[in-house]
Amino acid sequence: MFGFLVRRIVQSVFVMLAVALIAFMMFRFMGDPVNSMVSENASVAEREEVRARLGLDQPLYVQYARFVTRAAQGDFGLSWRNARPVSTLLAERFPATAELVLVAAGLSLVLGIPLGILTALRPRALSTQTLQFISLVGISLPTFVTGILLILTFSVWLGWLPSFGRGTVVDVGWWSTGFLTTTGLKALILPSVMLCLFQLTLIMRLVRAEMMEVLRTDYIKFARARGLSDRAIHFHHALRNTLIPVITIFGLQLGGLIAFAIITETVFQWPGMGALFIQAVSFGDVPVMAAYLVLVSLIFVTINTIVDLLYVVLDPRLRVDGARGAH
Amino acid sequence: MATPTPASAPPRPAPAGLIARALSGDVAWSFRHSWSARISALVLLILFAAAILAPWLANQNPYDIGELSLFDSELPPAWAEGGDARYWLGTDTLARDVYSSILYGLRLSLIVGFASVALAAVVGISLGLLGGFVGGIVDAAIMRFADVLLSFPTILVALLVNGIMRGALPPAQHQQAAIWVLILAIGLTNWVQYARTVRSSTMVERNKEYVQAARINGVSRAGIMVSHILPNVLGPVLVIATINLGMAVLTEATLSFLGVGMPATQPSLGTLIRIGNEYLFSGIWWVVIFPSVVLVALVLAVNLLGDWLRDALNPKLR
Amino acid sequence: MALLTVENLTVTFPSRHGSTNAIENVTIHVEPGEILGMVGESGAGKSMTGAAIIGLLEPPGHISSGEIRLEGERIDNLPPAAMRRIRGRRIGAIFQDPLTSLNPVLTVGDQLIETIRAHLPLTKEAARERAIDWLRRVGIPAPEKRIDTYPHQYSGGMRQRVVIALALCAEPRLIIADEPTTALDVSVQAQIIALLRRLARETGAAVVLVTHDMGVIAETADRVAVMYAGRIVEVGPVAEVLTHPRHPYTAGLMASIPRIGPRPEILPQIEGAMPRPASRPAGCAFAPRCPYRIDRCIAERPALRGTGAAQVSCHLAEEIPV
Repeated sequence: MFGFLVRRIVQSVFVMLAVALIAFMMFRFMGDPVNSMVSENASVAEREEVRARLGLDQPLYVQYARFVTRAAQGDFGLSWRNARPVSTLLAERFPATAELVLVAAGLSLVLGIPLGILTALRPRALSTQTLQFISLVGISLPTFVTGILLILTFSVWLGWLPSFGRGTVVDVGWWSTGFLTTTGLKALILPSVMLCLFQLTLIMRLVRAEMMEVLRTDYIKFARARGLSDRAIHFHHALRNTLIPVITIFGLQLGGLIAFAIITETVFQWPGMGALFIQAVSFGDVPVMAAYLVLVSLIFVTINTIVDLLYVVLDPRLRVDGARGAH
Repeated sequence: MATPTPASAPPRPAPAGLIARALSGDVAWSFRHSWSARISALVLLILFAAAILAPWLANQNPYDIGELSLFDSELPPAWAEGGDARYWLGTDTLARDVYSSILYGLRLSLIVGFASVALAAVVGISLGLLGGFVGGIVDAAIMRFADVLLSFPTILVALLVNGIMRGALPPAQHQQAAIWVLILAIGLTNWVQYARTVRSSTMVERNKEYVQAARINGVSRAGIMVSHILPNVLGPVLVIATINLGMAVLTEATLSFLGVGMPATQPSLGTLIRIGNEYLFSGIWWVVIFPSVVLVALVLAVNLLGDWLRDALNPKLR
Repeated sequence: MALLTVENLTVTFPSRHGSTNAIENVTIHVEPGEILGMVGESGAGKSMTGAAIIGLLEPPGHISSGEIRLEGERIDNLPPAAMRRIRGRRIGAIFQDPLTSLNPVLTVGDQLIETIRAHLPLTKEAARERAIDWLRRVGIPAPEKRIDTYPHQYSGGMRQRVVIALALCAEPRLIIADEPTTALDVSVQAQIIALLRRLARETGAAVVLVTHDMGVIAETADRVAVMYAGRIVEVGPVAEVLTHPRHPYTAGLMASIPRIGPRPEILPQIEGAMPRPASRPAGCAFAPRCPYRIDRCIAERPALRGTGAAQVSCHLAEEIPV
């Protein structure tokens, strides 16, 4: 178990170094940083002086090492667009995205798993067929079109829910949360529904497929042959085996949610990191892009590591193998 | 009948490439028996024709500001109250005819889609051949890179490539270069599947006798392999390309919707939806709904056709 | 009174091209405490008969005619909840593959205690005691410790012992053992069979032992039913059927068992293959492979007949020299 953990962390560090390399190259080779530091009619000597001050005359690997050291401390320099520290910008935006993604992820699990089980246990029921059809449509619709339809229906026509912003937010330390006010919670509904919809259909289909697969196995047949109740068979025996692979996919998709939040944040003018990233992309603001890339990768890698560990906890077969690997 | 029908041809032992299989009638048979494939093909045919014939089908050139008359802005569809028969899907805030904009936008979406698929296929096939043929560290580097690329969501990678290119270009050129930036960003994001398919085929072929024989005969191994492998991977590559086209169109629409794709002066379907989205609260629903319907129809038809093609060409994979 | 009687049981699988009968007119009875062997090639319908008895036919398969009685009470038409109370409590089942019969994510104890408590009004602690006791009875060393371990921590033979404990822990009167040793090492097979026989004797349970292994039948069973192409072709006391088989198929099966003897000879084989359910001939299903075939065999399906303990379905049962 411990050996497994160490191996996993070493792997993650390598992935992060590779991502940092990409971010570093973005910095180094996109435009000349010196241009943004000196006036246009600066002399060659002045430029060289700035270059030396920035460390750009050093060998590349030294520059990379310095970049990694600074990045590890959260220092990505100033945004080219509005000259504020990138870390401050991201920190301001992080809570909005985090709350949106967490609510969407939670919704997709809370709805997706029961719906998947329901459709697996009653494959021929009308409700199952309807759900299957809706999920097919849900997967086929571009997410931003879904978002627009939600706004049209619930904001423009029915006028029930707000279509942009976070409502009133409350600051808890440096974290600004929308969970504590009615307007904040209402503002969260449409964006999180839009963001979770794709995820929800995916989890529902996955749970359904896995559950049906598990229900065909010998150990379920043997459990039936021992006269166990359907409840015990479905929820004690089958569900656990069903959820193990679902967790992996969910973990991978959680990263996807952060990426798709970019679209949701644009549709709903949600002041999160994704909206910040889009601005950075349209202005070619390298420090913000690089920092976003590194931060999102870090979240990806962390989630994947946690998922792997969770997998080991849930599946006793791996637990033993992991322990063996440590000796 | 002048030409022999496929049915009268002697049975082939093992139809190798796509063409042989098409001739053997399996694909044609499967097409005739798949409702979704036939409807999708019909929808695509109509959309392709509309895109190609856009200048003749459209009522106005939406790029030509001189043709627009601001008196006609924000008109609802012809059948709705206050609609104008000249603009049957209504007009947007700049008095552009929604119907004409959709035709031109569809055109741009498809151009970007096809071009980026072509780019992805060329890059992917080349890297796949290279990796499979050379092997060793080159192969490992390509595949590792592909793995990393795949572990990130497509939209994020496309956005990054897009952003990097925008950063590299002076802002003044952003608009003219938009279409090239899009093609590159989407094409460079989607090559991995082609590379993997071609690589594994190449690895299999590399050890076959004819390749060894070619070497003894002094013929270039690479040359003979390419000429043997390409026909073999044509089927899978076509399937990937079809599914990829759906992805590419969707990615383009998403990027344009996000405001980092086609500019408002040269709107693709995604840009049109973006423009419409900004005026949702004025009750101008038609500017956003009609391009969305066309986009969804296009993506859905391509995806269904791709699914069908995958099953038809490789029944074992079903 | 017989413990189990199966009368004229037919299991039908409907399909788009018309329905086929997987087993037809199967009639068997099992007396309390006896071991009935069922032999035949794979696809002959032995496992299907077992599945029908415990009410776990795979849909769309279903019993289309005949009846099954347990201690005189009809059980083939019971509602699912009533049938569930019979499974495990009155009829236990053991399946072929111990590697896949146990749930990998639950401990052996979880699975045992759950099964015991599903049938017997015991507290958790009492059920655990009983579970440990059963693990000991099936020969698991240090059961107090092993009870909290997972199936993958057991060897194949040990897992099959656990499966047996699971099948027997509510003390059913009848055990359906479907190829209980096929997936195991040869060295373990005999131990498992011996264990099964000992436990059956201790608890007084009867066993329907489904197998394709004539050797296992010879050592274990009291009576044997030979199945071919969905029907019973011969049934009777083991000693009689094995030494004096009267059906040519049984005779062929017996002849193909390798024996240790002074003269190694080529093992005779039965030519051809068993017909699939959809393509069974109108007459005797074995006729196409039978060396003694006469015209009547092709035209007319022989009934299971005979007086006394042994019955056979062959037109030539009285004439064939064995």
